[in-house]
Amino acid sequence: MPKEVAIDGVRSLVDDGAQLVDVLPEAEYQEEHLAGAINIPLKRMTEDAVARLDRDRPVIVYCWDYQ
Amino acid sequence: MSPRAAWRLERLGFREVYDFVPGKMAWLAMGWPREGTAARVPNAGEVARRGTPTCVLEDLVGDVRDTVLAVGRHVCIVVNDAGIVEGRLRGSALEETPEATAEEAMEIGPTTIRPSEPLEPLVERMQQRGVRTIVVSDLKGHLVGILYREDAERALEAAREHDGS
Repeated sequence: MPKEVAIDGVRSLVDDGAQLVDVLPEAEYQEEHLAGAINIPLKRMTEDAVARLDRDRPVIVYCWDYQ
Repeated sequence: MSPRAAWRLERLGFREVYDFVPGKMAWLAMGWPREGTAARVPNAGEVARRGTPTCVLEDLVGDVRDTVLAVGRHVCIVVNDAGIVEGRLRGSALEETPEATAEEAMEIGPTTIRPSEPLEPLVERMQQRGVRTIVVSDLKGHLVGILYREDAERALEAAREHDGS
C-alpha cells in the first residue's frame, strides 16, 4: 500500500535517494517541475515507461496538489 | 492523480512508493528548487534578499534596533518560538520606543507572499500601490527573506534581455 508523505518528510526522502516522479502531462512538466524529477504521466505509466526507474530505491509520485 | 499513480507503480512491482500529497504547488511554495521553462524567470523567493535580521516577541526594541543598524538594515522581522513570522519592526516602530518589547511595537501580521509568486504581476502590483518591499515566507509561515521591488525589476529586465524580448 503506498504511503503518503507530507511537506515535512519529502526532502529527507529525496536526500536519502528517493526518486521523484511527476505524473502530470508532459507540457506541464516541461513548464515547471521539482528539481530532479522525471516525468511519467499517469496515462502513460506502462511497464516500459517505468523501466528507467530504479526498483531498489523509493519512488515519490506527485501531481499539482492534493487532487 | 498521484494516489492512482502510486497504486499503479505498486501494481508494476515497486515496493516502496510514496504519494507526495501536497504536490508541486506546495513544493514551490516552500521555495525549494525547481526546473523547467518557467524557471528561466526568477520567482519572488529566488530574488528575495536573505539574511534579514529577526528577533523574538520578547526582545526589547532598543536592542533590536542596535542589532539591525549594525548589519546595515532598517527592518527586523519578529518571529515566534516556532520561527513563524508574527510581525515587522521598521521606521518609527524601531526608533521611538526602545523599552517596549518587539511584540508591543511591531506591525502585526505584515503582508507576506510565497516564494513561488511570479515576479511580473507582483512587480506591477507593487508599483501600482507604491510598495517597495514585501516579506516572503514559505508555506508554513517561516521567513524566507525580503523582496525589494528594485531587485525584482532588475531581475525581470535581465530575464527579458536574456530572452531577447
